[in-house]
This record gives sequence, C-alpha cells and structure tokens, in this order.
Amino acid sequence: MEQFFNISVITDNFTYFMIGRFPHGPLGGVGLTLYLAAVSCVLSFIGGLLLGLLSISRYPVVRYPVLAFINLIRGMPLLMVIFWMYFLMPALFGKVAENNTVIMALTLFTSAYMSRIVVAGIEGIPKGQTEAAISTGLTHWQTMRYIILPQGLRNMIPSFVNQFVSLIKDTSLAFIVGVSELTHVATQINNRTMAFPTEIFVFIAIVYFILCYAFTSLSRWLEGRLAWRKAI
Amino acid sequence: MIFHHPPLLHTSLGFFVLNYQFDWSVVTSGKYFDWLVSGLITTLKLSCISIVLAFILGLVIAIMRMSHSRPIRWIAHAYLEFYRNTPLLVQIFFWYFGSYKILPAVINDWLVSTNFEFAAGVIALTIYTSAFIAEDIRSGILSIPKEQMEAARSAGFSYLRSMQYIILPQAVRITIPPLVNQFLNLAKNSSLAMTIGVMEMTYQARQVESYTFKGFEAFTAATVVYLVLSIVITSLVNLYNEKVLNLHKAA
Repeated sequence: MEQFFNISVITDNFTYFMIGRFPHGPLGGVGLTLYLAAVSCVLSFIGGLLLGLLSISRYPVVRYPVLAFINLIRGMPLLMVIFWMYFLMPALFGKVAENNTVIMALTLFTSAYMSRIVVAGIEGIPKGQTEAAISTGLTHWQTMRYIILPQGLRNMIPSFVNQFVSLIKDTSLAFIVGVSELTHVATQINNRTMAFPTEIFVFIAIVYFILCYAFTSLSRWLEGRLAWRKAI
Repeated sequence: MIFHHPPLLHTSLGFFVLNYQFDWSVVTSGKYFDWLVSGLITTLKLSCISIVLAFILGLVIAIMRMSHSRPIRWIAHAYLEFYRNTPLLVQIFFWYFGSYKILPAVINDWLVSTNFEFAAGVIALTIYTSAFIAEDIRSGILSIPKEQMEAARSAGFSYLRSMQYIILPQAVRITIPPLVNQFLNLAKNSSLAMTIGVMEMTYQARQVESYTFKGFEAFTAATVVYLVLSIVITSLVNLYNEKVLNLHKAA
C-alpha cells in the first residue's frame, strides 16, 4: 500500500508553490496570489469609495445608474465577471495580460461590495455631525472630506480587511483564465505528478487558511482596538 | 484542466468592436437555448439540494458551537474557521480529485457509480455554505432572550427539547432572510462547479460561446438569468422582512 500522506510532493515543489518560477520567470504561486489580492484591494478601495459616495448622491441622475450598476455586479457570480472581462477587455483595449484582466474583474466585483461597506460606514456617523459641520459653513463635499470620511473610514477598517480576505480566496478563480496563482500551480503539479491530489489540495487549503486566518485575526484585533479607542 | 490556454477568445475578438454581428436568435431558440435551459436547471438543482443539506449541517454545527462541552465547541469552531477561510474552488478540487483517499471504499464506489461531478459539487457547496449558515443560525439563536431558555428549562424541558420547541422555532424565523441570502450566494457560487465539469449555467454559457463565437449573447443570457434569480429572491426577502417587522410591531 502506498504511503498515506506523501509529503515529498510538497517539499519537492515548495518553491514552485510559493513563488512560481520567480527569479528566472514570472511570479507565481502564493506570491502571485498575494500580488493579485493586494493590487485589487487597493484599486477596489478607490472604486468602492467612489461608487459608495456616488450611490448616496443627492442627484437621482447619478444615484440610480450607480445603484443599478452595483446591483448588477452583486447579482452576478464572480466567475461571470471574470468571463465578461476576459471577453470584453481585449475588444476594448486590444491585447491585455491575463493578470490585468483578473485584477480588473476582481476590482470591479469587490468595488461593488466595498461600496456597501462605505455607505454603511458613512451612515454610522451620527447625523448631528453633518448638521454641525454644515452650520459652521462647510459645504456638503467639505463635510464629507473633513468630518465624515475620516471617522467613517476608521470604522470601516475591519470590514476592509475582511474584504481583503475574500479577495485572497477569490484570486483562486484566476486559475480559470490561466493565471498561475496558487490554485493554478497546484493543478499543474497535480497534472504532472498524477498520484497525489489529496496531498496537494490539502496543502494549498492549509496555505490559504493560514493567509486568510492571519488577516481575519487582524481584522478582529483591529475591531477590538478601534472600539476601545472610541470609548475614550 | 479545461481552460488553461483558450486561444479562441483572443483571436476571435480582434474585430469585435468594428463588425460584430449580433445574433440573439442563438440564445433565444434552438439547440443552444436548450443547453442554457438545461444549465439553469442544473444550477437550480445543485443549489436546492445543497441548501437543504447545508441547512441541516449548519444547524448541527451551530448547536455544537453553543454546546456546554468545550471539545465539541472547539471542533465546531475549527470547522467554521477552516471552511470559511479556504477558497471554495480549492474545496471543490479537494472533493473532486483528492477525496478518494480519505473516504471509505463503499462511499467511493457509490459516488463513482452516480454522477460524481455533481456529487462532488454538492458536497463541496454544502460544506462551504454550512459554515456560513451556522453563523447565521447562531446569531439567530443568540438574539432570542436567554430568559426563554431559562423558563423552558424550569418548566422541565431538557436542553435539546427547549431548543427544539422554544428557541429554534423563533430563531429560524429570524434567520430566514440571511438564509435566503445564503441561497443566493450558493446559486452564484455553484458556478464554480463548472471547473470540474458540472454542466450548470456558466458552463453552458461558456459552451455556447465556444460553439458559436457568440460570446456576447451567451454571457448576456447567463447574466440575465443570474440577475433575475437575484432580483426575485431579494424582493422575496424584502417582502418577508416587512412582514416580520410588522409582526414584531404588532406583538
């Protein structure tokens, strides 16, 4: 009988799992997973802030199309968004690298979700603050910029970290369009070695778990810390 | 796997902007329409089976999570954390490619004799979703004042019977909206089952695209189906919320 859990398939390919062919070729594996998640996170923070602010605009002409767009994206599976991007980006911008296609798809998808967090964060600030700011002579935009957002964004930090965790998990879908992040690397090694699917997929599950759990814990810690500061 | 190097999309898209001929008849009638319909049916079947199983499993985990015994609580906690913090795709691959080593031979034989892709999809989606449902149920249970449990216990009900007759009927009613949202997530997540060859909605849209090169139409059709599904379900939840809110106001 074969060895129940063959660790050598992991140790032999460990560098490949972690960084792909990096020093001599493109980044892959865990490195690429984190890169995709980090870039998409920064971009979707900006996108989410923009969509969130537009979706509570006072002008219905702005508000309703933005809300429709947000709900369109939220109603679709991420996989569909990736296919749409994969299909539309080359048509609109010529040849686009797969990495960027996936980053665009993840950004679009996560921005729609982040916009809800932004709205909730803004609504969490007591209305008296807006009224006070406006009566001191600030404009609507200045109130947002100097009074509401600085407080609201701080309350949103834990939710943003949670979104980052979702992003790390979602980057696994990049495998579909051939981006060599961790899941893709795992299927490659699985196809090459044939005999150790259990070991390989348990291993990458654990790797993803460690990454995500670290950030989930960070988010919980931040939540406690921010609540403590607020109490003073 | 299937989608490592799909060159068709790239080469067929160069002329997309300039002279793309829309042909909606591809997706509104004939063979390809039938494919899409069968995809929708598979998606619904996959989601409905998984949500029922996930609800049962989630209920068990939620109750374990609140147990008085520390090891049971810890097991439930580890289960939740593990399945919530790993990607669904990896779980699907694990059950499809890697589960044969840990499952007993009898179950393996049975799985292979049935539609294994579908079964692996159901298992992965059930377990993944149950971890989220368990937390929803737990917060539903926690929202019931604990005096109710104390009253039930002093009226002579055992812990499990108090749960069954007093706490759960109320908690489930509160949990229904988040549960329906989980169903929606599940329906969307079930698109990942295409990676192991389950012929659901996204798979069929992809299939129509590669047979006809009418990607815009095929993806639009699939997107519309998902949207209709989510609009219908979201409106139902809103309706229910209003009703429940009214109920609470009246009481």
